[in-house]
Amino acid sequence: MGCTAEDLAAALRSAAVVVREHRDELVELDRAIGDGDHGENLRRGFDAIVTALDAATPPTPGAVLKLAATTLISKVGGAAGPLYGTALLRASTAVGDAAEIGPAEAVAALEAALGGVVARGKAEPGDKTMVDALTPAVAAATAVDGSLAEVLAAAARAADAGAESTVPLVARKGRASYLGERSAGHLDPGARSTALLLASLAATAAGR
Amino acid sequence: MLAVKKIINDPSAVVAESLRGLGLAHADLLEVVDEPAVVVRVDAPVAGKVAVISGGGSGHEPMHGGLVGPGMLDAACPGAVFTSPTPDQVQLAVQRTDGGAGALLIVKNYTGDVLNFETAAELAAAEGTRVESIVIDDDVAVKDSLFTAGRRGVGGTVPLEKIVGAAADRGEDLDGCLAIARRVVANVRSMGLALGAPTVPHVGTPSFELADDEMEVGIGIHGEPGRARMPVENAEGVVARLLTPILEDLPFTEGDRVLLFTNSMGATPLLELYLAHGIAERLLAERGIVVERRLVGPFVTSLEMQGMSLTLLKLDDELRDLWDAPVRTAALRWGC
Ligand SMILES: Nc1ncnc2c1ncn2[C@@H]1O[C@H](COP(=O)(O)OP(=O)(O)OP(=O)(O)O)[C@@H](O)[C@H]1O
Ligand SMILES: [Mg+2]
Repeated sequence: MGCTAEDLAAALRSAAVVVREHRDELVELDRAIGDGDHGENLRRGFDAIVTALDAATPPTPGAVLKLAATTLISKVGGAAGPLYGTALLRASTAVGDAAEIGPAEAVAALEAALGGVVARGKAEPGDKTMVDALTPAVAAATAVDGSLAEVLAAAARAADAGAESTVPLVARKGRASYLGERSAGHLDPGARSTALLLASLAATAAGR
Repeated sequence: MLAVKKIINDPSAVVAESLRGLGLAHADLLEVVDEPAVVVRVDAPVAGKVAVISGGGSGHEPMHGGLVGPGMLDAACPGAVFTSPTPDQVQLAVQRTDGGAGALLIVKNYTGDVLNFETAAELAAAEGTRVESIVIDDDVAVKDSLFTAGRRGVGGTVPLEKIVGAAADRGEDLDGCLAIARRVVANVRSMGLALGAPTVPHVGTPSFELADDEMEVGIGIHGEPGRARMPVENAEGVVARLLTPILEDLPFTEGDRVLLFTNSMGATPLLELYLAHGIAERLLAERGIVVERRLVGPFVTSLEMQGMSLTLLKLDDELRDLWDAPVRTAALRWGC
């Protein structure tokens, strides 16, 4: 069974709770190799998404994604705002006005999201960014022939491994790149938040 | 670790509450709009004049809100502390200040700032306003290579905003303002150093830890760690460490005329800053570099970071005259 606009709104509310729970962790990760704002940026953004959803739930999953995207673009700032915002905007376009998101739409949305992040940020795999979590997530999702929950579970697992793989890398994009070699040995905050968000979506899908 | 003491209420309301105070303190010069937050010249839009707009994370005061006024910025977009502003702030700034001659956006080179201003420029262009952007990347501490996000925009932003503001004031069109802005960016270089870390209000603990006998050289203005950590040196050592890479980078050579900007990162007092400035003037004189104009003080701060930066801008007659032109803002005021 697919994911309706209501289901997706509920999933985003759960994701907002996860972001709150991990706010300090993301701040700490960003403090080590950036400027310590990533956790607070995402907290501000996801709380704003919840507020926007409280006002009214848009009619289709695509419209929910679009509302989340414009909210992130207008409330977050930093690198993460336009990057996650563009990701969700492209995902919204990929989903179109389908009434429900099934496994095929989810894969298309993930591919489009990755395309959006790369188009805006121009990062390549190995640059120590959220792209290092999202790229394997898309590959894993594409390889699964199963339910929505199975697709998202595979994406989440791959994103987590992808995030961990950023630890030894030297950053070549974003603020962490100013550190050069000193950025190695740390987990990239954006890759970590991507893994957390996908894990949250997967958990919601599994629980339904 | 114990939270660092600050004169604040709710950490997430710091920027909004501070902007309220800025608006009250300088009501003759600027208006503070909130949601989305923008600091606008009271008399905006100025008909026929190019609007000069800047913005960036808060925590660098007086940049940028304190630089809004005749002869400098038409509007400033303050983001959360150390976080770039959002496109809707920039869009509103353009709407409020466009006097029919278009807008020039002054953007410091950080991924977040560049992405958000880029999005805003696309939105403003879609609404029919001509918008150009200039990205400043004057920090010589960062290697400009394919392996970094490029050099950061730091102290050079103040002379850039002053000079472009004066150019717009004297009636240059958008292309003219952009050409002058590019000339400033091509001729300005900076480098900074920290003796102690700043503390972001919503984080509560210092951005990095320095031992009592250490300093961080090549620091940015966001508490992001610098290029190298080393034992503290005296003022002679510190000033030479900042000045040498700046001079070698452009390079600045004998006979050059320059603006020397000695900046405090927030906590370093003027007593020390003037001391350092004096040394920088002497070192420049020894190399036959002529200091024609100077600016000393806390203008591009990093909250309460202890430390300083030096900025050198190579001058020609036109850039010098634009620097000298009248300006009336909260932080810079002369000639009117
Ligand atoms: N060019 C890029 N492409 C993809 N991801 C990027 C890029 N630059 C940065 N990132 C991601 O963004 C994360 C940092 O996001 P954050 O919210 O902390 O913004 P920021 O860089 O601090 O923004 P600002 O510079 O305005 O403060 C990094 O951990 C990285 O994963
Ligand atoms: Mg950050």
